Formats: sequence, C-alpha cells, structure tokens
Amino acid sequence: MKLSPQWLREFVDIPAADPQTDDRRLAEDLTSAGITVEGLNGEGANTAFEMEITTNRPDAMNHYGVARECSAIYDRELKPLEAKLPASTGKAPASIEIQDKQGCARYTARVIRGVKIKASPEHIVKRLAGVDQRSINNAADASNYTLWEMGHPTHAFDLDLLEGNKIIVRRAAKGETLKTLDGVDRKLSINDLIIADAKKPVALAGVMGGFDSMITSKTKNILIESAWFDPSAVRKTAKHHGLHTDASHRFERGSDYGATSIACARVAMRILESGGGELQGGEIDTLARELDLAPILFDRSEAKRILGEDLGDTEIVRILRRLGFNVIPDTNSDYLVTVPTWRLDVEREIDLIEEIARLHGYDKFKKTLPSYAGAVIETSESAKDAKLRSALLSLGYNEAVSLSFISHQDAEQFSSSPVIELENPLSEEASVMRTSLVPGLLNMLAYNVNHGNESVRLFEAGSVFELAEGKSREPKQICLAATMSNLKASLPKGGILDVSKGDNAAAAEAFRSVKGDVERLVGAFEHSSIQYDSQTADYYHPGRSARVLVNGEVVAQFGQIDPEILAHRKLRQDIFAGEIYLERLYKNELRKVQYQPLPRYPAVERDFSFIFGDDVIFSKIQLAVSALKLGELQNFAPAEIFRGGSIPAGKYSVLLRARFQSYERTLRDEEVAEWSAKIIKALETLGGAQRA
Amino acid sequence: MTPQNQPAYAVPKLTDFSAPALDKAAKDLLAALENESTKVKNEGDLKTFRDRWMARKDGILTHVNHLWLKAAPKDAKRDVGQRVNQLKAEVEQKIESALQQSQNAGPQSRGDAERIDISLPALRRPIGAEHPVIKTMNEIVGVFRNLGYSVEEGPVIESDYYNFESLNFPPNHPARDTQDTLFIANQESKPQRERLLLRTHTSPVQIRTMEKMKPPLRIVIPGKVHRNDPPDASHSPMFHQVEGLAVDTNITFGDLKGTLDHAMKMLFGSSVKTSFRPSFFPFTEPSAEMMVSCFICGGSGKRVVGTKEEPCRPCKQSGWIEILGCGMVDPNVFGFVKENGYDPKKISGFAFGMGADRIALLKYGVDDIQLFFQGDVRFLEQFG
Ligand SMILES: [Zn+2]
Repeated sequence: MKLSPQWLREFVDIPAADPQTDDRRLAEDLTSAGITVEGLNGEGANTAFEMEITTNRPDAMNHYGVARECSAIYDRELKPLEAKLPASTGKAPASIEIQDKQGCARYTARVIRGVKIKASPEHIVKRLAGVDQRSINNAADASNYTLWEMGHPTHAFDLDLLEGNKIIVRRAAKGETLKTLDGVDRKLSINDLIIADAKKPVALAGVMGGFDSMITSKTKNILIESAWFDPSAVRKTAKHHGLHTDASHRFERGSDYGATSIACARVAMRILESGGGELQGGEIDTLARELDLAPILFDRSEAKRILGEDLGDTEIVRILRRLGFNVIPDTNSDYLVTVPTWRLDVEREIDLIEEIARLHGYDKFKKTLPSYAGAVIETSESAKDAKLRSALLSLGYNEAVSLSFISHQDAEQFSSSPVIELENPLSEEASVMRTSLVPGLLNMLAYNVNHGNESVRLFEAGSVFELAEGKSREPKQICLAATMSNLKASLPKGGILDVSKGDNAAAAEAFRSVKGDVERLVGAFEHSSIQYDSQTADYYHPGRSARVLVNGEVVAQFGQIDPEILAHRKLRQDIFAGEIYLERLYKNELRKVQYQPLPRYPAVERDFSFIFGDDVIFSKIQLAVSALKLGELQNFAPAEIFRGGSIPAGKYSVLLRARFQSYERTLRDEEVAEWSAKIIKALETLGGAQRA
Repeated sequence: MTPQNQPAYAVPKLTDFSAPALDKAAKDLLAALENESTKVKNEGDLKTFRDRWMARKDGILTHVNHLWLKAAPKDAKRDVGQRVNQLKAEVEQKIESALQQSQNAGPQSRGDAERIDISLPALRRPIGAEHPVIKTMNEIVGVFRNLGYSVEEGPVIESDYYNFESLNFPPNHPARDTQDTLFIANQESKPQRERLLLRTHTSPVQIRTMEKMKPPLRIVIPGKVHRNDPPDASHSPMFHQVEGLAVDTNITFGDLKGTLDHAMKMLFGSSVKTSFRPSFFPFTEPSAEMMVSCFICGGSGKRVVGTKEEPCRPCKQSGWIEILGCGMVDPNVFGFVKENGYDPKKISGFAFGMGADRIALLKYGVDDIQLFFQGDVRFLEQFG
C-alpha cells in the first residue's frame, strides 16, 4: 500500500523542509511507532511511502490516519476534517431501510441531482496516481479519493437505476443474482450481505457495487452510500465470492463507525466541485445500532507491571489524547479512557499499554534480565536424539531434510497405514502427509545421482504421520540410505569377508556395512538381545533385507531397496536404506557404560576351514558353536568366505576364526586343542566338511 | 657398507712383528676404518659400524687383541701393545665422529632414501555434515537452554483451537489470512476448533505446555511449521521455527528486551545490537519485531569484497536485519489456561519466535531456500 507524505502533511504541520520531519526521518519515526514504512519511492513532491500496515490497524490505512500518528509522534495538532457543502434544496428522494441490523450498524447517504459525469480535475487524478489508483470519472474518483484520504469506503449509485427510490440492507434471498462492477454474474447465497433497491440486489455490501446501477456518462442523479458494515459479514461475503477489494479490506478489519457522515459529505463536496449539480435534501443518516465502545479503566501501576517502567502522567496523557482517546482522571483507577470510533482494536487496558509503549518508543525501555526460581526439565529424548545424530554423522551420513508431503502413490508403496490428506495441497506430488521417510530420501538420492554425484550417503530424522482411530499420530523415525558406489568405496580393504566374484558377494558386503551402521545405532541402547529376521516390507529386496528386533520388538528394518522400484523412479543405482522406529527404540535407555577389566593373559587364535551347503547360514554355525558353552571362547567369526572356483555350486567355503582367552591364566595348548576338536565336531554335525 | 668389488677388511694374522710390518698392518686397518666410517649415514649404520669394530665377542679390536697382541713374541709385546692402544683410541674417536655424522646427516639422508610425495591429496575419511538449518536450530536452542529454558515439542498436525483460537485468533478473523494455512482434508463434520491443520507456527506449544505445567515457566520450542507458500528461492511450504515463552509473577517488557538482547549476543557475537519496533501478533501485546545489527556487515550496510566496497545484501544496506517477532503474552491467551494458575492479573510473560531457515540463509549467505531441502551433497558437504 502506497501513501504520499506530501498528502498527509496537509493534515498535520510537519514540514518536509524541516530536517526533524523530512521524508526520510518521517519514514523512520513512523516505522518506530509501528506504522511501518517499508520503502521510499520517487523524489520530492512525488515521494511515495510503501506502507506495511498490520491487520489490526485499518485506521492507519489512509493519509489522515497516518497524520494522526504523526500528531502523536511529534506532539503537533491534527487538523480537523471538514466539508463545506452548499445549501440543499427540497427533501431527499430516497429512503433507507436496514433490515440486517447486525450486518449494518449505520447507513448514511446523500443525493446529488443534475451532476455532469466527466473526467476528474488534474489534481485529483495526480493524487490518485501517486497511490497507484487509476482515475475513472469524477464521481468514482471522489469516492476513491475519500477512501485514500480518510479511509472510509463509500459507493456512488446512479439513483435513476435504483427502483422504488429505496435502499435496503439485507441478506440475499435464495436464487437472487447480481452482476458486479467487474462484469461477473454472481449467484448470491443467503449469507451474503447485500444492498438492494425495492426489487433487486444492487451491491455486495462493503465489497463491490453492482454493474447495472453504476455511474456512467449518462448518469444525472447520484446516491452516495457511506455505511458501517460488520467486519465478519463483509469478510464472509467477500470470501464467498473470492473477492478482495480496497473496501472489503477495510470493512473486514473494522472501519470508523463515526466517519460515515463526514466521508459522505466529503464525497459529495468533491462531486459538486467537479461535476456541478445540487444536493437534494440533507443527509439521510440511519442508525441500526450503536457500537458498544465501553470506556476503559486504565491503571498506571498495571502499565508499570507490564512494561517495567512508569512513563509518568504527562507522557501517558499526551500520547493518548493525541491519538484521539479521551482521558479523564478517575478515582478508582488512574484514568477512565474513552476509545475513539476508529479504534475498534482497542478494548482493554493492555491495548492502551501497547499504545503508550509504542509511541513512547520501544527502544527507550531499559533492558533487564528476569530472575527465575523454576525448574529446568530435560526431555528424556533429547540425549537419545543427540546420541543417534552424532553417531550417524560420524558414520559419514550427511544430514538431510525433506518436505513433509509425499504423493498418494508413494504413500501406498511405502506404508500400509492410513494416510492424512491435505485439503489444499500445493501439488499432486505433495498431497498427503508423509507416512514414510523412504520416498523423500530416494528422491534426494535420485537428485544427486542425476546431478553426477554417484557416491551419496544421507540420513533424515523426522516424523511420519499416520491416522489411528481418527486421531493423527506423529512417530519419529530415522531413515538412512546410501548408493551402492558409496558403500563399495567405503568398505575397508582388510575387512572384506566375501571374496567371491560377482554381484551377490558385493551385495553381501554392502549389506554387512549397512548392518554395521544399524547395529551401532541400535546398540547404543540397553538391550539383552539384537536379533534379525527377513520379514521386511515389500519395497525391500526380499533376499537382501532384514528386520531388527531388540528385546523381541521390531525397531528397524534395512537392506537393498527393490531394484524395480528404483527403476520406476529413474534411479540408476542400487540403493541400500534403513528405517529406525524411534518410538520403539526409545523404550530402552541409552546403554550405560560399565568398565570391564582388561585381560592380563594372551589370547590364542585357531582357524577352521570348512565347506558348507548354502543353507547353513552363519547364524546356524554361530548357534551350534555357542551351544558348546566354551567359557574361554571370546569370539567366533568368519574371516573369509568364498564361492565358485573349485567349490561346488550350492556350497561355500568359509574360514572361521576362534579366539580363546582367559582372565585368570595363560591357556595351555592341550585345552585349546580340546576345544578346537569340539568346535570341529559341531561344525561337522552341521554338515560341514573340513578342508585340509 | 662394503664396496662390492672389494672384500670386507679382516684382521690378518701376523707372523712378522717388525716395525715396518706393524706399520703396514696398522695402515691397512686405519684405511679400512676410515673407509667404513664415511659410510655411516644413520643410527642403524652406526650400530653395525660400532659392533663390527668394538663388539667384545667378535669385533675387529678383539681380533687385533688376539691375533696381534697375544700372538706377539715377548720382545715385541711392548711395541705391539702401544700400537694396539693407539689403534683402539683411533677406533673410538672414529666411532664418536661417526655418531656425530649419523646424527647430523641422518635425517636428510633418510629423507632422500625414504621420501614420499607429501603433496599428494589427503585421504579424507568421510564424516557426515550437519544440516545447516538443524545446526542453526540447535544453536538457538542451546543458547536458551543455558538461560534455564526447558525444551518442549508439539505436534505438526494441530487443531484449529491450538493453532488459532487459543492464541487469540478469533474464528473468521482477517489475521488468519496472513497464515496461509494448509488444512487437513475431510474435517467438515467437526466443530471448527477441532478441525485439523498443519500448524503455521510453533506457538501452539505455548498453550499445550501451559495446560500441563503451572507457572513459573521457561520453555524453548524448536519445530517444523508449514504454510501454503509455493516453493521459490525465498519461500518454502515447510520451514523451522524456534519459539520461546517465559511466564512468572514479574516478567516485564524490559525483561523481554534484555533476554533477547543477551541471546542475540550469544548467537551472533557480543558486538551485535538489538532494536525493537511495534508489530502485531494476536497472541502478544505489546507486540514487537526485533532487529539485530547486521552480523554480516557489522551494521555498516557495506561489505568489502576483495578490494571493492559493495552494498550489503542481507540487510539491504540498512545495517539491520529483522530477526524475530516477540511480545508480552496477551491476557486473552492466559485466559485459555487460567485454571492452571495463569491469572493474567497476577502473572505476566513474554514470547518470541524466529525462523531458523532464514537465520541460516543469512548466516551462510545461501541465496535459495530450496537448497536446504534437495539433499544435494555438493551443498550439504559444505557444512561438514
Ligand atoms: Zn549488512
């Protein structure tokens, strides 16, 4: 919204030539008082202020209102608004009936006869152009000029096009229609507040006039409307028709109940000045109801309690009076303050405190620090969040954040929980709340791969959204994902287990690497067991994915994403991903570290080279060996795996390494040999064949 | 140590113990000593050299003792003894000087032999980078935790009641228009206050916390918020806020100013200044917008880039950056939790909220907010 500093200087004596009140200084001072000047355009007399007026201050969305603020800022007199009208003849030829007293509290009108509709005088056209308003004709411009001058929206009807010389303010009847000034034929709803003549709707009250009763070059007789419409009635009507006009903007926020008369007179004055004609009858002023503007008891000690400082009687009274409040000393409280009709936003003592503070200047208040005797409560999850986050960062995962919305299609593919749809989504791809973090991460991986970054490792921590028994739930998850080339590159050279050739071995190593990451995260929590099974969701590769169970509860799943899904998303790389369900994992406390004494006796290692059938997976071997309950067996793990070559199909060769150690003594060769023999026997029982 | 074409020196057995013969033998030995000593380059060489000459069991001097002194006839023993002692001194001296030599010349010569190319690119073990917005949010939260604020969180999917009504946005009020709300579908059958939407600010957590905790209260609330803003360089339908609330029997506008001024100095450095100007939020009164002196240009509005002075873009040359909205908690808001001890006549409070994404944009000079949400590793890794 633009305002002209030159125009507002008409109403208060703040010369542009005075360095204390020049355009730049004025802009700064208004901004400091909350009447924000966002920018200055143009030079000298053509300077325009780009204003940013908050929604609670419709009274400051015009020149006179801002001049009133200047009057308070600079402590100078605000000139009164007047209208010098010629004597009228006869009796007003129209009557006004307010049927909807809630929707319209007051309707003021004047009639001018014998007017000539033509272009506006040059100075009016220029003024309007200065605030980005297009000139239409002298009648329409007179109304618009008044809006920008003092903020009150008015409307001019061609009186001869109003049937029955009657204005009725009412709600629209079922089936009624109205063609508005913008040429649109509108079906009216029974909630629409309208202006009607004796027969039909002629305007959307406070929003837009009707096309069929508008002023044209043929117009001779005019009825000027200056009314006070109820904010919410105007808002509903405007919203229903998708309209937002300068008039509705102001009525919705609360216009000046006391201004209808002077606004009407000033419009009439300007039309008479430029178009001639004469007033027929006097002002028709119809009051449907009084606005309840109760005086406010204002206690100076309350102002001090909130602001921290007492600004003193003189300053308080000066500010309030300059803003148009009537201030009377009161016996019970310090003051009884009457609110002016243009300040519907001020209803309470706190509203007055704000007025005083903002005109005194926020920057003048001293900075203090409050004392505090309350407790600090740590959320139990913040330490857990921090632990997982720092682990992921140190494991090389970059932290990513994706939007909370996904497509219906993705929601269906990546979860089974009922989705939460948006009423007004930004797009089809963002139409439901995410039920999984996986699609978001896949999109980001695809973005990277498509931009030439083949090696990517990302994680995101955040909520997913699901509907449970009609209520929304927002469980937190962590999703991690990496491209195959990243996983291959990050494998430690000495740590490779499966040395066979081919995709399966590579996938096995990549899987082990992600498994290690997941184990690090999950293992940061107290647990009696971590187990794996293969019952993962459909979007994982069925042979290369696992679920993680901690103390019997599923806390994560991970593995290779089904290549078909990736092909569909145009992701030309194998991806491994994992999801951790924090709600479940966080049932466990972070692992408490308890010191273990260091061993004082050397460890002994023994290797066993075996060939097994593919069905003898490592967990079976592990189970068989641990069933031997060898107390000194500290570790039993594969050191190398091989398929192909001389190894028959369906079998694999594995080098298993046992590590024995005692905390009490140095181990003897014979006992190690005895344990080794037990292990060999157990492995043979599993169908393994020891190699030479 | 020994030239390949030449056999290593060995102590000869003597049969002739005449002076000229002894002279010759001593000369040969000293020549070998000299020759071998020059080849001592490092400590390893030195040890070999010393052992060869001085070792008790099989050193050259031991051989000399056996083969020359002990083998000498009685009449020559005295002469041979003197010569052997002289040779001993020579050997000790040579070893000493070889020690010096190995210490001085050692590193350089080792550097020649074992040199690697230290200009090869570093092998950087990958570590993950913190997301700039999360990092910023954590920093802000950290500042307030140090001031005794507890961390609170709340749901992203909120009811109309918590997002609007209890924050003094009456139903059908124009202030709601400024929030560009994203609504959850299929809510028509519910009463308005129960209808679900995506919270447009973190402020609902103020009410949620006051419902469950009595005053005094100090909380800081980080979280995601959503608005119906189509994505472009400066808008995102999702962004991050950090909200704060302090309620007690004696909280004043001066406390609001002092607390936030202190927090900004902790975040952006002790030289930043703050300035407050009036604003409007339905849930605070008086309401304010806080500006900090530009932490990019130091408040001058100008930046030196290379040798040139350029206008500072982040602060639009004003020297000030709008950083957050704040104010004293509106008594109407307390009215919604009055039964839990929040009588607006007895207590007061302040609240503030800032956008972490915006602060991160400014702090790191990022010119497109979309970069935060694309997961482009070329972008993310810059923050590692
Ligand atoms: Zn700057």
